[in-house]
Amino acid sequence: MPEITYLEAIREGLIEEMERDVNVFCLGEDIGRYGGAFKVTDGLLDRFGEQRVIDSPISETGIVGAAAGAAHMGMRPVVEMQFIDFIANAYDMLTNYVATARYRAFLPCPMVVRGPSGGYVRGGPFHSQNPEAGFVHTPGLKVVYPSTAQDAKGLIKAAIRDDDCVLFFEHKYLYRRVKAEMPAGDHVVPIGKARIAREGRDLSIITYAATVWKALDAAEQIEREDGLSVEVLDLRSLAPLDDDAIQETVRKTNRVLIVHEDTRTGGLAGEITARINERSFAWLDAPVLRVTAHDVPLPYAPSLEDYVLPQTTDIVRALRTLAAY
Amino acid sequence: MPAAKRGEGRGERGQRRRPAPASIAAAPAVASPVPGLSREQLLDLYYWMRLTRTLEERLVALYRQTKVVGGLFRSLGQEADSVGSAYALERRDILSPLIRNLGSMLVKGATPLEILRQYMAKADSPTRGRELNIHFGDTDRGFIGQISPLGDMVPVMAGVTLSFKMRREDRVGLVYVGDGATSTGAFHEGINFAAVQRCPLVVIVENNGYAYSTPTNRQTAARQFVDKALGYGVPGESADGNDVLAVCDVTKRAVDRARRGQGVTLIELTTYRRKGHAEHDNQSYVPPGEIERWERENDPITRYHDRLTSELGFAAAEIDATDDRVRRVVDEATDEAERSGAPEALDALVGVYADPAVQPPLWFREGAAGVVDVHERPEGWGTYSAPASDTV
Repeated sequence: MPEITYLEAIREGLIEEMERDVNVFCLGEDIGRYGGAFKVTDGLLDRFGEQRVIDSPISETGIVGAAAGAAHMGMRPVVEMQFIDFIANAYDMLTNYVATARYRAFLPCPMVVRGPSGGYVRGGPFHSQNPEAGFVHTPGLKVVYPSTAQDAKGLIKAAIRDDDCVLFFEHKYLYRRVKAEMPAGDHVVPIGKARIAREGRDLSIITYAATVWKALDAAEQIEREDGLSVEVLDLRSLAPLDDDAIQETVRKTNRVLIVHEDTRTGGLAGEITARINERSFAWLDAPVLRVTAHDVPLPYAPSLEDYVLPQTTDIVRALRTLAAY
Repeated sequence: MPAAKRGEGRGERGQRRRPAPASIAAAPAVASPVPGLSREQLLDLYYWMRLTRTLEERLVALYRQTKVVGGLFRSLGQEADSVGSAYALERRDILSPLIRNLGSMLVKGATPLEILRQYMAKADSPTRGRELNIHFGDTDRGFIGQISPLGDMVPVMAGVTLSFKMRREDRVGLVYVGDGATSTGAFHEGINFAAVQRCPLVVIVENNGYAYSTPTNRQTAARQFVDKALGYGVPGESADGNDVLAVCDVTKRAVDRARRGQGVTLIELTTYRRKGHAEHDNQSYVPPGEIERWERENDPITRYHDRLTSELGFAAAEIDATDDRVRRVVDEATDEAERSGAPEALDALVGVYADPAVQPPLWFREGAAGVVDVHERPEGWGTYSAPASDTV
């Protein structure tokens, strides 16, 4: 089987689920005739028709709300945010309406909100964000953020089949940069399970999305130059977090670095650190360290963006600090 | 119970509950002074309005006894707009009520017992104590639970009716918003989306004069809310919201258009909120005499009562009997509701997700086996002596 990109893997997952279940439909801005700003939904309109691939007005609240209503009635909508930054426009609908629907009203809300996320692409403040933390904080929502093409396909399929609302973050830097051969058959990756991206003995990196690749680069460099073995845990699911996988790597290497592209304060690294502190404090040989973005809106100029976002060299330096503790 | 409703099959679940009215279309037009509505249905409309008011009056009493644990929201003076509009729907249609649409929910089959249990936060209330007041729904009976942020139900109902269209189901949706909610982005996005998609949706703007303390002239510069229909490219109609027959009629026309595939209609119903936003609100912002004038001159139940007896040929005794029936229903429901207990605390952790179905209790709660409690340690813990540390 030929290799396909992360972006094509998402499309393949969408197509397979739409073919499997007539209740699955796509809704979003410019997703039909144009195929989406990044062409994730390219070809879906011709394949499934206007009834199931709906070009919507510019209305993030409107389409997320409409998806919820349709989901109550048994449909399984997949909503595209043209850029995930615009999910802020639907924050009320997602957190107040969708997230509470099952708990307060026993209303099923099986829907997916997906969209291109993240930086390293010179997108500036409104086309580069990683707004996952606010939604991870909201009971009632699930959040996934794949780093590989295989997980992109397996998780979009799992998200569509899940009986609750799943936010599916896609990293736009990875869209066409990572490729893989897809496993044969019905490839579904369970939500809530992390993946060991690289086995190691001396140090652990816990990360997700684009920084998985930077962590792997840093791990190789550390092994080559320092002779230390670094484990990389790719979380894949952010809500629910795979707590057992986190504790396992902590107890294995006793030295942990958490890396994310999101800003620092209130980011997921804080939550993961707290969980390690509660469950595996006695296994730590060093304080848990974080490499994250700086707490600023993401600037446009390459010199600025590169400074603000975590880079491989930052991870290497943090690993050495951790090893020397 | 209204005679016309008896014996109508609603499935096993529905039969224990008060049935919703038969469709207007199915009503015999003979021997009735109002076209399209039978004599029984005319009395039904009165029944539902009276039930709404009596039930709310009972809730006030329970509120003052502190048995209603949260706020209490009245629809005093607005019963006609809720009842008349909901009555225009078929049983299979779905509406989304707002906080002053108790009447709509009763018409759709919500029971006084459910309402009372809900307000008193009982374990066997429709939301098992999770939500307040009339915030609950049942898609089988055709009403969807609202949330507090205003305008949000418009996009949701756009989606509900989009699903009707996609599945070619002969069903219509009705969403209520107040004058205040028309100022929200969600209202705009929802009605615009539904209009573009030609969803079978009726949007009712209940203009009751105030959004909490804010009068309509601080809410919009539009001359009237129905004018907004033009901007969305949908038909707009307005009616006297305190005339139950006019409300029913205008809603029925919009429902018929939706059923014919002609999309959205925006209806403005003019009414008046005679109580405060909630029971605690002293309405100090209302000009003196205004409330009293509406009560004296434009009470929807008094108006309909007079019309039934003077114009439509009903005997006062018939209506009195309806009032008695309502009192009995509310008394019985109150007694039963008061017998119910509070929810078990641990039920708070159930049902956030389908999977996992239950959240674990936190370790610091008694009886919960906690991670810190168990003092997990690696072997040899506390014996390790660390080398000099680098700067962190």
